[in-house]
Amino acid sequence: MDGFARKVERFWEIFYQHDGYKKVVTGLQNTVYIAVVGLALGILIGTLIAVIKVLPKYSKLTKALNGFCDFYVGLFRGTPIVVQLLVAYYVVLPLLGLNLPALSVCVIVFGLNSGAYVSEIMRGGIMSVDIGQMEAGRALGLSYRVTMMKIVVPQAVKNILPTLGNEFIALIKETSVVSFVGASDLYTAFNYIGSNSYEFMVPYLVMALIYIVLVMLIALMVKVMERNLRKSDRSN
Amino acid sequence: MIEVIDLRKSFGEIEVLKGIAITIKAGEKVAIIGPSGSGKSTFLRCLNCMEDPTGGAVIFDGVNISDMSVDINVHRRRMGMVFQQFNLFNNKTVIGNIMLAPVHIGLSELRRKKIKNIFITIGNLFRRNKKPLYQINSTPAKIRQEARENALRLLRRIGLEDKADAYPSTLSGGQKQRIAIIRALAMNPKVMLFDEPTSALDPEMVGEVLDLIRQLADEGMTMVIVTHEMGFAREVATRVLFMDDGKIVEENTPNEIFANPKNPRTKEFLSKVL
Repeated sequence: MDGFARKVERFWEIFYQHDGYKKVVTGLQNTVYIAVVGLALGILIGTLIAVIKVLPKYSKLTKALNGFCDFYVGLFRGTPIVVQLLVAYYVVLPLLGLNLPALSVCVIVFGLNSGAYVSEIMRGGIMSVDIGQMEAGRALGLSYRVTMMKIVVPQAVKNILPTLGNEFIALIKETSVVSFVGASDLYTAFNYIGSNSYEFMVPYLVMALIYIVLVMLIALMVKVMERNLRKSDRSN
Repeated sequence: MIEVIDLRKSFGEIEVLKGIAITIKAGEKVAIIGPSGSGKSTFLRCLNCMEDPTGGAVIFDGVNISDMSVDINVHRRRMGMVFQQFNLFNNKTVIGNIMLAPVHIGLSELRRKKIKNIFITIGNLFRRNKKPLYQINSTPAKIRQEARENALRLLRRIGLEDKADAYPSTLSGGQKQRIAIIRALAMNPKVMLFDEPTSALDPEMVGEVLDLIRQLADEGMTMVIVTHEMGFAREVATRVLFMDDGKIVEENTPNEIFANPKNPRTKEFLSKVL
């Protein structure tokens, strides 16, 4: 026990006196930033793909788009996110001759990656909405796009909100690999503290606690949102 | 008003409508009866191209709306449709349901005019004969206000004003269907299409919905009704079509067709349901 107290002391020394907390705050900011913007991008891309996939397949264009979406989803679900990050940062960027900061690359890759997952979630959600809703909108003279955006997608989102919350949680946890391309997050912050105090037990314990608290906060947020969206149901 | 020329519809190999020709004039109330699977609903859904016909044409107000190059949305706004399953928008309140289409269409027309005006203004810089701008005598707030007033007026008419801010899931079937009807009316349609409007209702709620449809009929609305309510068809319709196996087998005035059916299949059907 005595040893543990000493370890906590060492941790606190680096954390507080040697600006470790600044690193942690930056890391936390980056983690949340990557996950939030990534999910927003993912929802945007995912909704687009889902809508393309449920589109009636009359024309060559929709068929071609559909094929592209299948390829996209296959690509991003078929490789680990670490590999995607590494390929994006060390292969795609140099090939394109671009020079983006690691953080932006992470946001983009996480967005593209979660887009692939969200598209399948969203497609299920859209298909769970009664076809009569679309028909009623079309019968009133609204276009397919408008009916989709105003009637079907909002109901789909309500149905898939718990699953979307899951996706967000998964994303938060997956951000712990961004140090592979040199972006700083919670892991790099606590790793810094650990290497400076030659002592890893407490930093990693605190890191785990922060992740748990983050995830619990998100779960709570999803619950509140769900309750608000459910107000159109009979149950209240 | 609606002219149907040799209408055909197939789902894959199965031909559901086998050549239907009929003209519906303004003010007529046409009831369509027949056994299940005879193509009644499909025929009705072809009238506003909810199902695209595979052959023939539907001419509405002189425009062939079954032509794929026509903007069907513009014409559907003049044809109200009421479904068996009501299909109120679950994510909107009652008044939201009624206002959605009028407000959206009003706003998008306003936006289109404004954009056109910008182009005309730019063009006028180079024109000797200045082109006139579109008159804009409305604002988004005004459009919303008018739609709301109209929706409340319609709700008052069916006595459901107090339900304006309720969600559809809290309403009874009869209330939902009456709201679905006034939602269609809010677009000022020229013709109303009813697809078995009372088939999904509890028996005690059928009356209130039929009363509303009857009122519309008395006001001179043109309507086409697919129905299993023979008594109602007899009372309200000016013409009854009996459909079987994708064709109109017999058509006549209600008194004639119910009292004195000519075709053996009509006789058989009516003997079963009456």
